[in-house]
Amino acid sequence: MPMRPMTRVLLGLVCLAVALWLVAPTLVVVPMSFNENKSLAFPPKGFSGQWYANFVSNPEWSMSFFNSLKVASLVAVAATVIGTLAAFGLDRMRGAASGWLRLVLLTPMVVPGVVLAIGIYAVYLDTQLVGTLLGFVLAHTMLAIPFVLIAVSASLEMFDKRLELAAASLGAGRWATFRTVTLPLILPGVLSGLLFAFATSFDEIIVSLFITNPYLKTLPVQIFTSITRDADPTVAAVGTILLVATTVLIGGGLLLLGRERRT
Amino acid sequence: MAGQGGAGRGAAIDISAVSKLYGDFAALTDVSLAIRPGEFMTLLGPSGSGKTTTLNVIAGFTEISGGSLEVGGRSVVGVPAHKRNIGVVFQHYALFPHMTVSRNVAYPLGLRRVARPEREARVARALDMVKMSDFAHRYPSELSGGQQQRVALARALVFDPPLLLMDEPLGALDKKLREWLQLEIKRIHRELGTTFVYVTHDQEEALVLSDRIAVFNRGRIEQVGTGRQLYDEPETLFVARFIGDSTILRGPARTDGSSTALSIAGETVVADKRLDGAVTPVMLLRPEKLSLRRPGAAPDASGLNRLRGTIAEAIYLGSGSKYEVRLGDGSIALVRSALGDEGFAIGEAVDLTFAGSDAKLLADDSSADVMLT
Amino acid sequence: MSAGSITQSGSGRASVRPELTYTRPRVSWGPWFLVLPALVLLVAVMGYPLASVTLRSFAEPEWGVQNYVWFFGAPVNLTVLRRTFTISAWVTLVCVICAYPYAYVMTAVGPRLRLLLVLCVLVPFWVSGVVRTLSWVLLLQDSGVINSVLRALGLGSVRLIRTQTGVVIGMAQVLLPFMILPMYSVMKGIDLRLVQAARSLGARPSWAFLSVYLPLSLPGVYAGAVIVFILALGFYITPALLGGPRSTMLSTLVQNQVLSLLQWGRGGAMGVVLLVATFILLALAAPLMRQRHKRAGAR
Repeated sequence: MPMRPMTRVLLGLVCLAVALWLVAPTLVVVPMSFNENKSLAFPPKGFSGQWYANFVSNPEWSMSFFNSLKVASLVAVAATVIGTLAAFGLDRMRGAASGWLRLVLLTPMVVPGVVLAIGIYAVYLDTQLVGTLLGFVLAHTMLAIPFVLIAVSASLEMFDKRLELAAASLGAGRWATFRTVTLPLILPGVLSGLLFAFATSFDEIIVSLFITNPYLKTLPVQIFTSITRDADPTVAAVGTILLVATTVLIGGGLLLLGRERRT
Repeated sequence: MAGQGGAGRGAAIDISAVSKLYGDFAALTDVSLAIRPGEFMTLLGPSGSGKTTTLNVIAGFTEISGGSLEVGGRSVVGVPAHKRNIGVVFQHYALFPHMTVSRNVAYPLGLRRVARPEREARVARALDMVKMSDFAHRYPSELSGGQQQRVALARALVFDPPLLLMDEPLGALDKKLREWLQLEIKRIHRELGTTFVYVTHDQEEALVLSDRIAVFNRGRIEQVGTGRQLYDEPETLFVARFIGDSTILRGPARTDGSSTALSIAGETVVADKRLDGAVTPVMLLRPEKLSLRRPGAAPDASGLNRLRGTIAEAIYLGSGSKYEVRLGDGSIALVRSALGDEGFAIGEAVDLTFAGSDAKLLADDSSADVMLT
Repeated sequence: MSAGSITQSGSGRASVRPELTYTRPRVSWGPWFLVLPALVLLVAVMGYPLASVTLRSFAEPEWGVQNYVWFFGAPVNLTVLRRTFTISAWVTLVCVICAYPYAYVMTAVGPRLRLLLVLCVLVPFWVSGVVRTLSWVLLLQDSGVINSVLRALGLGSVRLIRTQTGVVIGMAQVLLPFMILPMYSVMKGIDLRLVQAARSLGARPSWAFLSVYLPLSLPGVYAGAVIVFILALGFYITPALLGGPRSTMLSTLVQNQVLSLLQWGRGGAMGVVLLVATFILLALAAPLMRQRHKRAGAR
C-alpha cells in the first residue's frame, strides 16, 4: 500500500511497541528467577540457582509438574483421537446439520471458564471425581477437542477428496486409503491439533483450580497457589523454564515448517 | 473395427436401463449402452448431461438407482470401486502429492501384493510407455500439467485393467499439448487393446479419438454411433447441433406425399422426405451442402431450393471461406465454400441454394438451443 | 446382443432387468458415529454440568427465582456486572487499536521479519497464561519493576496493581494474539491492487485506505473483537491476581459465592447471567461472522 514516509516510520514504531508489549513483560520472570532473597520484589538481589534446585527437589513442585505432564499427555492422545474422528464425521456429513453440530462442538471455547468450572465441580462432587486423574483428563479433553477439531478440519478442507476416489480406483479399500493417502496428507493438521490439545491441558487453570485437591495438583494450580500464598521465586524459575521450552518448540517448529515449504 | 490391433484383452461393458436419482433430480434416465471389448468409446455432451455420472457409475464411485451394469460379463452392481479393477484417469490428475512419480505408479501394484522386482519392472515399463522414465523420482508438484497427466495415465494402466476410464483428462491443458496427448492416448489404446471409455465435452476431441461416440443430453443418451454416422445421419436436432456446424431452417411445414415443404419468409423449400408422427419438422443443412450464387445468375439450378439472403459475415479460412448468410426470416445460415469459388462481400445480396436430397428433416426440439448456449 | 449392434436409450428398446435393480440406502449414519464420542463427552462434561448449575440457581436453597431477584436487586452485583462489561469493552478497544497496525505490518514486510513478528505473537500465545499473569504481577506490584524504575527516576510511585487500569493492561496483553491472528488472516487475503486502483482513480493515500482497505479488513476486526470481548467477559485468573475489590469481575464473584460462601444457588444464578450474556452476544455477532464466510467463499 502506498504511504508517506512519515506514516511508514510511525507504523514501524507502533509495531515495535506492540511487539515489545507482547514479549517483554513475560521476560521479567527471568531475572527474578535468579534472586538470592526469597522475595519477588524488584530489583532482584545477587545471583542464585537455588529456586531451580527447589523446583526439582521440592516434591510439591516436581509432583505437580509430573501430574501436568501425565494429564496433558493423556489429554493430547484422547482429544486428538476423538477430535479427529469428529472432524471426519462433520466433513462427510451433508446439509445444515454439520454446521450446527460444529458450532455445538466448539462451544467449550466460549463458555465462561468459571461457570463451566462450578458446574463440573458440582458434578464431580457427586461422582467422586474431584482430585482424580480421570476427572482431570475428562474435563481437559472436553476443553481441548475444539482446538483439534479446528486444526484437523482446516487440513481436511485443504485435502483433495478426489485423491480418495483415485486410491479406490487403484484398488485401495477404505482402510488402505485412509492409511496411505488421507492420513499422511492431513498429518500436519492432526499433529498441530495434538500440540494444541497438550498445551490446552498443560496450561488449564480455572477448571483445575476447582477440581483439584491436595492429592492431585497440576502445575498451573501450584503456580497460582504459590503466587497467592507467598512470594516464592520458584514460580519465576518455573516461568522461565516454560518460557524457554515454548520458545524453542515454536521457533523450531516454524523453522521446520518454513524449510519444508521451500522444498 | 472393435478391438482393432489389440490383443483383445479389453472388457465388454453392458449398461442397461440405468437410472440415477439425487433426490428428485434424475442425473441419468434409462441409459443403455453396450461397449465392445477393446473399443474406444467416448461419452460426449455438455456439462450436466450425465456423461460424468455414467463414468462414475462404471467406476463404482456412484451407485445406480435402477437398471443393470455388467463389466466383462459380470454384474458389478454393489461391488465397491476398489474391487472393480478398473483404471481411472481424472481431470485434475489426482496424483498423490506426498509420493514420487514412481511410488504413485507403484501404488496399485503394492495393493495387489506384486513382488518387488516385478513391481519395479512394471513401473519402469509403464513410465516408459508414457515417456516419463526420466521423472521417476520427482514429486507431482515438480511436474507440468501434461507430465502429471501422463503419470496419471501410467498409474491407471500399470495394473493391466481390462477397462480404462478417462474423465476429461486433457481439459486443463492448452491446445497444442492437448492435440499431442490425444495422439499419445490413441497410440497407447492401439498398443494395449484395453477398452477405453473417455468423457469429454469437446466434439473435435471425440471425433479424433473415438471408435464410437455416445452423445448425452439431460441425463439421456441421444444417439450412439461413429463420428461419421453422427455427422451424416443425426437422429436428433441436439446431436446435429452438437457435432459439427449446421444451419437449421424453421417455418410452417406442409407434408405432401413423400416430401415436406417449409415456408421461410414467403419462400418455399422442399426436402424429398417426410417425418412421421405429430412433430414439427425442421430442416438441417451442413455448411458444405449449401452454395451461394449472385441473384439473377443463370437459373441452371432447376430442382434446387433457393433462398434469398445477405452476407452477414465472411471469414477467410485459407482452404476456403466461411460465410454467415442472413435469411429473410432473420435466421443465420452457415456456408462453406471451397477454394477457387467466387468470393462475396459483407452486405452483398445472395441466393442460397441446396438440393432437396441434401436436407435432413428432424423433429424440432427447443431444448437443443438452450443446452448449447 | 450382437457385438455390432448399436444399443441406444429409448423407452421401447432397452430391456429392464428388475432382478438386478439396486437401490442404495439414502441416509448414511457413518458420519454420526464418528462425531458421537465427541458429542457424548461434550454432553457429559459440559452440557450436564451447565444444566446442573442452571437447575441449582432455581432450586437452592428453595425453588423459585429468589437468586435472580437477589442478583438484580443488589446494587453491588449490578456494579460488578456493569464493570465486567466496561472492562471487556476497554480491553477490546485497546486490542483493536494495537492489533490493527501490527497485523497490517505482518502482511507488508518480507518473510524473515514476518517470521519474527509471528513469533512475537505466538510465543505469548503458547506460554502459559498463568506465567504471563505472574509477570504482570511482578511488573505492576508496588515493589515491582515499573514502580522501582519510577522511584529510581525520582518520580514517586503509582498504584497499578489492584486497579482497573492494571487489569485492562494485563488482560489486553494476554488477549492480543486472539485479535491479531484473525485480522492477519483477513488482511493477508486483501488484494493490494485494489488500493492501487483507488489511487489510480484519484484517491489520496489516506482516502484510499479509508474507502478500500479498511472496509475489506473489517471482517477480521469483527471476528477478533467478538472473540476478545467474549473471552474477556469470562476472564478469571488475570482479574483475580491483578485486580482488587474495586476491579472485581463477575467470574470472581461466582467463585466467591460457590467456594467461600457455599451459596450454590446465588453463584449459579450469576453464572447463568454470564452464560446468557455470552450467548446473546454471540448471536448478535453471528450475522457479522456470516458475512465473513460469504466473502471468504467469493475468493
